[in-house]
Amino acid sequence: MARPVQYNTKVKTVEIPEGYSGEGFFATSFDKAIGLARKNSIWPLPFATSCCGIEFMATMASTYDLARFGAERMAFTPRQCDLLMVMGTISKKMGPVLRQVYLQMAEPRWVMAVGACASSGGVFDTYSVLQGIDQVIPVDVYVPGCPPRPEAIIDGFMRIQDLIGQESLRRRHSDKYKELLNSYGIQ
Amino acid sequence: MSLTNDYIKQRLTDKFGEAVSQVEETFGMLNFTVPKDLNLKVMQFLYDDEELQFRFLTDLTAVHYPDRKGEELAVVYHLYNFAQRVRLRMKVYTSVEDPRVFTATRLFEAANWMERETYDFFGVNFVGHPNLKRILNVDEMDYFPMRKEFPLEDQTRIDKDDEMFGRGGHIGI
Repeated sequence: MARPVQYNTKVKTVEIPEGYSGEGFFATSFDKAIGLARKNSIWPLPFATSCCGIEFMATMASTYDLARFGAERMAFTPRQCDLLMVMGTISKKMGPVLRQVYLQMAEPRWVMAVGACASSGGVFDTYSVLQGIDQVIPVDVYVPGCPPRPEAIIDGFMRIQDLIGQESLRRRHSDKYKELLNSYGIQ
Repeated sequence: MSLTNDYIKQRLTDKFGEAVSQVEETFGMLNFTVPKDLNLKVMQFLYDDEELQFRFLTDLTAVHYPDRKGEELAVVYHLYNFAQRVRLRMKVYTSVEDPRVFTATRLFEAANWMERETYDFFGVNFVGHPNLKRILNVDEMDYFPMRKEFPLEDQTRIDKDDEMFGRGGHIGI
């Protein structure tokens, strides 16, 4: 007999990656399996300095619930995190601090610039504000908006998931990647 | 007994005579200007006097008047008498070429950071300050941003990424 009350009947599972399956086995490449695991268990590090940070708090809260994407676990130490989410105006004096946080993260690491200020300096076209965090660290995804709505932040997060899922395991060892880091003065 | 602006004005003129100038009242608050060599003497007098008792430095900042030749920078002191709840504003003018003003840190500990901020943004050189270095801006900055010396939009800036604003162009990283 079926149970009278059923909870969580609409459990969503990720799609099985491409591969060979047979009687009692399934074979796929490491790239796909590891990418699948990584993209659904991102640990974000919120670097929130202003109003975009407030939108991010809404994104984390129950209505929008970023935890649905496997990003349940906020960590406030860069050493454990995969994704640096920079939300808000970064002043030139804050630049070295942000860079230090990025350097303390272990590879593989991703960076998301949320909002106009983090992406380009925004309205703060002035002497004290960094004109986009990509002047000090490489950025993977830019989220436009001033501030962006939680939907936009979630969209940016899903773009990050796409990037992570498709990333080759060798990318971080490639010359192109080293060249990118060298262009920021990071060894 | 209440301390009136007329009385403060009277005491200042009795003590310093013609040195106290441009005395006026705005919104009930007394304003006056003293020569920059006398700033400490006047503040000490206002502090020590048993009736005046201006023993709190509310604010210290500067204003840049580019058109006033020889006295471009005005250092403004806001003083407060806690007992009588009376405020006053004292100004000291100095030229932008030689922006040296005696520090008020011996009299008010609170002046330390406020003078550092004033130095940071206006470049006023407070003579005798124990630690006169930038407080808010990056240490590498080689100009004083609040002086009215800069165009509103600087066309020569290279840190602005025009590509982000649909204006073409690209900055090399």
